[in-house]
Amino acid sequence: MLHIKCPHCGMRSQNEFSYGGDATVKRPELGKEISDQDWDNFVYNRKSLRGKHLELWQHLSGCRQWIKVERDTATHEIFRTLKANEDNS
Amino acid sequence: MQKYSIFNLIKNAFSNHQKWDLAWKDPTPKKEYDVVIIGGGGHGLATAYYLAKEHNITNVAIIEKGWIGGGNVGRNTTIIRSNYMHDDNALFSEFGMDLWRKMSQDLNYNVMFSPRGIINLAHSDAQMNVYARRGNSMRLNGIDAELLNREQVREIIPMADFSENVRFPIFGGLMQPSAGTARHDAVAWGYARQADSMGVDIIQNCEVIGFDISGGKVEGVRTSRGDIKVKKIGLCVAGSTNILADKLNMTLPIETHLLQACVSEPVKPVLDKVVTFGAGHFYISQSDKGEMVMGGDLDGYNSYAQRGNLPTLQHVLTEGIAMMPFLSKLKMLRTWGGIMDMSMDGSPIIDKTHIEGLYLNCGWCYGGFKATPASGWTFAHTIAQDRVHELNAGYNLNRFNTGHLLDEKGLGTKTWIS
Repeated sequence: MLHIKCPHCGMRSQNEFSYGGDATVKRPELGKEISDQDWDNFVYNRKSLRGKHLELWQHLSGCRQWIKVERDTATHEIFRTLKANEDNS
Repeated sequence: MQKYSIFNLIKNAFSNHQKWDLAWKDPTPKKEYDVVIIGGGGHGLATAYYLAKEHNITNVAIIEKGWIGGGNVGRNTTIIRSNYMHDDNALFSEFGMDLWRKMSQDLNYNVMFSPRGIINLAHSDAQMNVYARRGNSMRLNGIDAELLNREQVREIIPMADFSENVRFPIFGGLMQPSAGTARHDAVAWGYARQADSMGVDIIQNCEVIGFDISGGKVEGVRTSRGDIKVKKIGLCVAGSTNILADKLNMTLPIETHLLQACVSEPVKPVLDKVVTFGAGHFYISQSDKGEMVMGGDLDGYNSYAQRGNLPTLQHVLTEGIAMMPFLSKLKMLRTWGGIMDMSMDGSPIIDKTHIEGLYLNCGWCYGGFKATPASGWTFAHTIAQDRVHELNAGYNLNRFNTGHLLDEKGLGTKTWIS
């Protein structure tokens, strides 16, 4: 069982959250000419590597906020959690 | 190679079975090969076997980081089926069913193929309609399918919950009688033994460190046991696809996820079919040893852990108990996990790439084991002829770019994420 520290509610069990995938993917800007490849990269293509992974989770059974979690995909260690609009650099 | 037969069995009994040949050798990698297959799992071993058998290409090496058959081919729930609706999936899988039926003879290795049939349960009128449609599509493609009503299902699996006041009553089901199971390790070992006997080098404990690509062409592969010159490389690494793609500066429509399975303590024969729950994601069969073999959903977040987390297992088994209440009385014997190459439309990729001499076999999601022979056969063809076979033409990489997705469930992208 993962324990995720929601930046709004504190430490909660994994059961309260749902997963939202890679948080580094950016939607192409609206109103601009977008190539098929850009769309392909946004919708389908993912790095999905072993090690540190910045990802989105939603605290579905809690505050319902989307948050960012930096987690190791091999050990499941969670390094830090951020609010969705916080800068992750 | 020594043939496995009753006569050789008797002959070797006199020497106390101490003088059997090794099933495959442990060679040192050569400096150069015609083809290198990366990944000594079911698909990689099958690919090497069909390269040798169908295309006479025997100067082949299989490079495996761990030991052969230690990945998903040794971690699955051994289900074999071709109950697909879309033509590309149906024809590919049914071609594979034919290879499964002949496999024990073909490989001179008992893979214990058991065509016991699979039943997908339906829990509403709407689901019965969907199954009728899928069954009709299957029949049009020459695959056996039978739509069963509630009473027919009850006759076959009376231990399922047929009481009146359940959340997901059983309305009926779709059965593919020719589907079944096989002994998964035997599949890996059978392919390995035959490939080895035809001259393929199976190189274990050998990790790929990098690739030599020059002018858009494959020149070689760098491994922990030395550099190898080669013009054609086939990637068959399932859950490690993203890692190797990264070394090739490729980003693929694949995410790596963890899938768990488990077996109960062994019990007397009770279930002689593979059964899937229609109101969630749960599948079950009984092994020859009597264990109930069960599986279901992914853990749900990107993972390379090869071991599972309990919330998913609890969720999956709750579905199992809803379907077959007697399961609640059983003790769990083992659970384990494997890492899956989940493609974005739920269908696999067997294709050439933009790099000349680099071939891709990945994206098997939940269905890698059953595809082993057809995947090996078509991938061998793709590598040997440098063009895809019509059976794997639908499994191209370009479909994500053009929008021709092979979306079997009709639910859009990432159908596997709950």
